[in-house]
Amino acid sequence: MACDAQSPTQPATDTSCPQVVAALGARFDDIQASEFRGQTRVVVPRDSFLAVMRFLRDEQQFDMLVDITCVDYLHYRGAEHRFGLVYLLLGTRHGKRLTVRVYLDEPDLVVPSVVSLWRAADWLEREVWDMFGIRFEGHPNLRRILLPEEFTAHPLRKDYPLQGRGERHNFPVLRRGAS
Amino acid sequence: MAVELPDNVLVTRLDALANWCRKNSLWPMPFATACCGIELMATGASRHDIARFGAEVFRFSPRQCDLMIVAGRVVMKMLPVLQRIWQQMHEPKWCISMGACASTGGVFDTYAVVQGIDRFIPVDMYVPGCPPRPEQLIQAIIDLQEQIQRGKGIVSQPGPVDTPKRALLELPVLPVLPAAMGGLPHGAPAVVQQGGQSRGV
Repeated sequence: MACDAQSPTQPATDTSCPQVVAALGARFDDIQASEFRGQTRVVVPRDSFLAVMRFLRDEQQFDMLVDITCVDYLHYRGAEHRFGLVYLLLGTRHGKRLTVRVYLDEPDLVVPSVVSLWRAADWLEREVWDMFGIRFEGHPNLRRILLPEEFTAHPLRKDYPLQGRGERHNFPVLRRGAS
Repeated sequence: MAVELPDNVLVTRLDALANWCRKNSLWPMPFATACCGIELMATGASRHDIARFGAEVFRFSPRQCDLMIVAGRVVMKMLPVLQRIWQQMHEPKWCISMGACASTGGVFDTYAVVQGIDRFIPVDMYVPGCPPRPEQLIQAIIDLQEQIQRGKGIVSQPGPVDTPKRALLELPVLPVLPAAMGGLPHGAPAVVQQGGQSRGV
């Protein structure tokens, strides 16, 4: 096992996993790792993303995908990329957590889907697609999950106005006595 | 008058009688989507007890209701449902917009939240508050009862002329919407008028 086993009764305050980072660095190129307050984060290039995730699941026992989310860095100070995908992983055997990040830039907003690795990724990736418009290649059913299907925008992008583009007003008006 | 009425006979207009019957047996349709729904439940519970005003029979089938109480914010995905339920209710029917969100959108001035249900369905009473106290909802029901008593009754008549709401007139004109956003969403029936296309942001 890559990380030290932890007693299930002990609270897992330090979830950092330097061994995993070392194993990743030995296996893949261009892995940037950082650590903050006992939390480990790695930035992975998109080309090796799926292989990294499979390695983490199969050989590092990260058997649970906690969340997938996305950050839009438009107009963000010092940002080099437009979007940052965030994958939160947890190994239920060893209690370690790992944050995996992938940066994307327009117009090429495509990333491999990890539904084949964790079934939990299905709805999470649909939500990211719905809100940010990032396509997950290989997803079995990449439809909107929260917004109505006729919605055309991706409203959590920073260039989308908070009050929308009129979608909330675009309905027929019912009047009394008309029906 | 040539005919002597017995003591236990009362002469009235049929309309007044019908209105009196209607106003004292309102059957609410609880369209509760948010925290106002909790106050709506409290209004129906024993402490406040809208049975005192004849409106205690909450029915979850629109076919059996004549008073829709919209309690809570309505998002754009929910609005076609709200409109369909409103159309499924039989005439005569009334609508109470309960709380700031149902009336104006409240603090939720976002792309997803409808900025007042009166833009898309007729509303008879607005209840301010966030959420309103049960007493306020009861007051709205009492006011609605007075309005029903003053109404036209059972005479068949076209609905009142619906002038555009002030809030709608103030909206800026919208640029062209994507084609996919146009059209009647969710198979809305043909009797409705197509509005909204030029409604503003």
